[in-house]
Amino acid sequence: MSETLTAKDFATDQDVRWCPGCGDYAILKQVQTIMPELNIPREDIVFISGIGCSSRFPYYMNTYGMHSIHGRATSIATGLKSARPELSVWIVTGDGDGLSIGGNHLIHLFRRNPDVNVLLFNNEIYGLTKGQYSPTSHEGQVTKSSPMGAIDHPFNPLALAMGADATFVARTADRDVKHQREMLLRSNQHKGSSFLEIYQNCNVFNDGAFEMFTGKDGKPFHTLYVEHGQPLIFANGEKGIVLDGHTPRVVDLKDGINQSDLWIHDEHDPFKAYMLTRMFDDPTAGFPRPFGVLYSVDRPRYEDLLVGQIEHARSIKGEGDLDSLLAGKNTWEVR
Amino acid sequence: MTPQELSKVTILFSGDSGDGIQLTGSEFSHTAALYGNDLSTFPDFPAEIRAPIGTVAGVSGFRLNFGSIEIHTPGGHVDVLVVMNAAALKKNIEDLRPNGLIIANSSGFDKRNLKLAGYDESATPLDDLRDSHRILELDVTKLTRESLKESSLGTKERDRSKNMFVLGFLYWIYGRSLERTTQFLTEKFAKRPEIAQANIAVLKAGYHYGETTEASLPRYVVKPAPQKPGVYRNISGNQATALGLVAASQKSGLDLFYGSYPITPASDILHELAKHKNFGVKTFQAEDEIAAITAAIGASFGGAMGVTASSGPGIALKGEAIGLAVMLELPLVIVNVQRGGPSTGLPTKTEQADLFQAMYGRNGEAPLPVFAAKSPSDAFDAAFEAAKYAIEYMTPVMLLSDGYIANGSEPWMFPTSGELSAIHPVKANLSEQPYLPYKRNERGVRSWAIPGQKDGEHRIGGLEKEIDTGNVSYDARNHEAMVKIRAERIEKLAESYPPLEMEEGEAEGDVLVIGWGSTYGAVKVAARDLNRDGFAVSHLHLRHLYPLHPELGHVISRFKKVVVPELNNGQLVKILREKYLVDAIPYNKIQGQPLKADEVHEALMNTIRSIVKNEKA
Repeated sequence: MSETLTAKDFATDQDVRWCPGCGDYAILKQVQTIMPELNIPREDIVFISGIGCSSRFPYYMNTYGMHSIHGRATSIATGLKSARPELSVWIVTGDGDGLSIGGNHLIHLFRRNPDVNVLLFNNEIYGLTKGQYSPTSHEGQVTKSSPMGAIDHPFNPLALAMGADATFVARTADRDVKHQREMLLRSNQHKGSSFLEIYQNCNVFNDGAFEMFTGKDGKPFHTLYVEHGQPLIFANGEKGIVLDGHTPRVVDLKDGINQSDLWIHDEHDPFKAYMLTRMFDDPTAGFPRPFGVLYSVDRPRYEDLLVGQIEHARSIKGEGDLDSLLAGKNTWEVR
Repeated sequence: MTPQELSKVTILFSGDSGDGIQLTGSEFSHTAALYGNDLSTFPDFPAEIRAPIGTVAGVSGFRLNFGSIEIHTPGGHVDVLVVMNAAALKKNIEDLRPNGLIIANSSGFDKRNLKLAGYDESATPLDDLRDSHRILELDVTKLTRESLKESSLGTKERDRSKNMFVLGFLYWIYGRSLERTTQFLTEKFAKRPEIAQANIAVLKAGYHYGETTEASLPRYVVKPAPQKPGVYRNISGNQATALGLVAASQKSGLDLFYGSYPITPASDILHELAKHKNFGVKTFQAEDEIAAITAAIGASFGGAMGVTASSGPGIALKGEAIGLAVMLELPLVIVNVQRGGPSTGLPTKTEQADLFQAMYGRNGEAPLPVFAAKSPSDAFDAAFEAAKYAIEYMTPVMLLSDGYIANGSEPWMFPTSGELSAIHPVKANLSEQPYLPYKRNERGVRSWAIPGQKDGEHRIGGLEKEIDTGNVSYDARNHEAMVKIRAERIEKLAESYPPLEMEEGEAEGDVLVIGWGSTYGAVKVAARDLNRDGFAVSHLHLRHLYPLHPELGHVISRFKKVVVPELNNGQLVKILREKYLVDAIPYNKIQGQPLKADEVHEALMNTIRSIVKNEKA
């Protein structure tokens, strides 16, 4: 690139209209900050979103962008990436947009694995429609549409992604700026569909939903940062996780357990990654919640296979000739 | 016996779904086309893939009308009914003309087959028809087995070639060469030559049976039709639609992206396009109808020619996304191969009942051009034109086809690529900064900056746009202005339509019959015949259903009566009445079957009689 861009070059002249104090601001800032570092020309970057608070995101990014319809950002992005494989395509969605109305497209995106980045802002609530429970709201959650508590069992988004054979599965949080930055960069590096779930605080309708994982009191005990090749340790280095056969167990490192006895994170191991996604129950009762890249594997990209078939067809049949196509194989002449 | 000369013949091949009826019919059609007959075909098959064998529900039919004269429809009453079993006879006997010929496979009329067809075991349906019809009974199953005595194939596989016996026999009756079908079978079964040989042997046996049998058999000559000189091929409507789209992609220089979810009767467009990857065609079999259209919208945003197709129920699912495309002002072609509705309706039957859906089936004020193909080969021109308008006017365009056009076929004097008009995408001029995505040219069309173009970065979306900038705007007056701007630019596109031309008749007269879509052939034949008989009947067939042609009002005003035949409960007729305040008369058929020329003829005669009566009074 001939010119050096800054985060400011990725901001638009539009007023940002999220509620004051919304977690989305922190994510927008991080995304704008990492953009110049990607070394991708601004005109080659596209942000696609659906509907919801998070989906206003493209309006604030000075790149190409589309704010589309509810739940369909994933399929629009699949079409765009198929038509233009060279573009850097980012999908911004939320727990309602991506997991409820757009759930079908999300799982099909994962199995096809186009090289796009999905940023799912999970705030466990419907914000734009003013406070109904979402498919990630916990059981019993009291909202405007569930005054007696939600009776729907919630989705476990990362387990869902694993179930759909996503090739990159990661989690971060809005308040965790440094970690978020690292995860955004890793998402971009991944060749294939990257799925980054970002815990995002909705301070109006669901304030403090992730306080346990992001606040200074709960975080050390409930948040587990996984890193490839490193043992699973949390609680300021006092606790770790071992694999007892097929069963993970929290252990106290003071009890003479060596770090080498702990579960060593291997982000390429789908079985272990799936176990990590299952650490999703009430964190006060058992496991901490893993943050970081839980799973990453290389698999052919949809657009590469699509273009590969076109190239193959051309190598066998030659470039299409319209006149012979129109004539077909059986013609006759009337004189 | 000297063969008798006929100007046209309608044959209905019918039998069980597993009897190879469609193949038999299409092979006879190809041979007739190569011989120089004009023709029109229409397959009619059950929705079930394998309905119970031998039952009326499982009967598959293929109708062929061919002649030495111009042919525009697959025929009215059938001259020759081929029945492979009793169920086929039961289902189709009503369609046979008095004194028509029945060619029956006698082994399909045993006790078991009679029972399956719902006849009494003691019934003799063929014998009962001998007074009123001519009947040729052949024991096709037995004759086929005999001709394959030497074959190494098992009984089941031998029996599967019995349709070729019937085909060979018909080739003898109509004096046709076996060459084309022999070649077809050789190619089709190239990997299993023993099957090819068996089929060819049975085909020849059927032909020789005609030659050597002692019975006095009828033979007919149907001479080549006087067609416009040129090179022809046979084509079905879905195939023609697919080729029209590929041609538009080539002429516009835009890669074709086709997003689709399988649905009857549109799936063959996907199958056809998937074969043409060497044209840069990208086909995307989506997880559902919504993904199919939204992926196409994504591709269009990326600068491709986005296309999706479906049938009524699928179009319903695409409704919200079509509205998005209206708002985004991006090129998009949406093909609706209509079938009987509502809901799942009659999946394999034809209907024209989605016109209102095409016109009005979206939230908000969301007008878009609606065009219709009128025949299988015309689907090529219609698809090409839909794509041209979509690209040059930056708008989604709805193209209506239907099950009859999709599966029907006819000879097509195909164009050369040089004869097709160029298509010019509306490129953005990015030397003018800032780029305003919703700034319009003199035709009201915005320009198309695509990702990858430097200094063209912009954001679009489904929220209301501010004039010129395209920024989100909730301003009251801006919204009203934008609704009108969007509507006017679609209205304006009608200024570039070619002049209206009558299909039949004069520019003024007693009765104007206005048709659209697949009723074309039937209406044309009826109007032509009435004209010949001295009635002042004219036929106009509309390609452009929205916006309507600017001259249409004047044309209508030059006639005493307007009749609108449709395969629905009256949709275009309501649009015309509303727009032109004309007392147009509907003629409706809603049976899942194409319109017949004699039905239109009768409806028009009624109108003519009413005019005469009024004038006397």
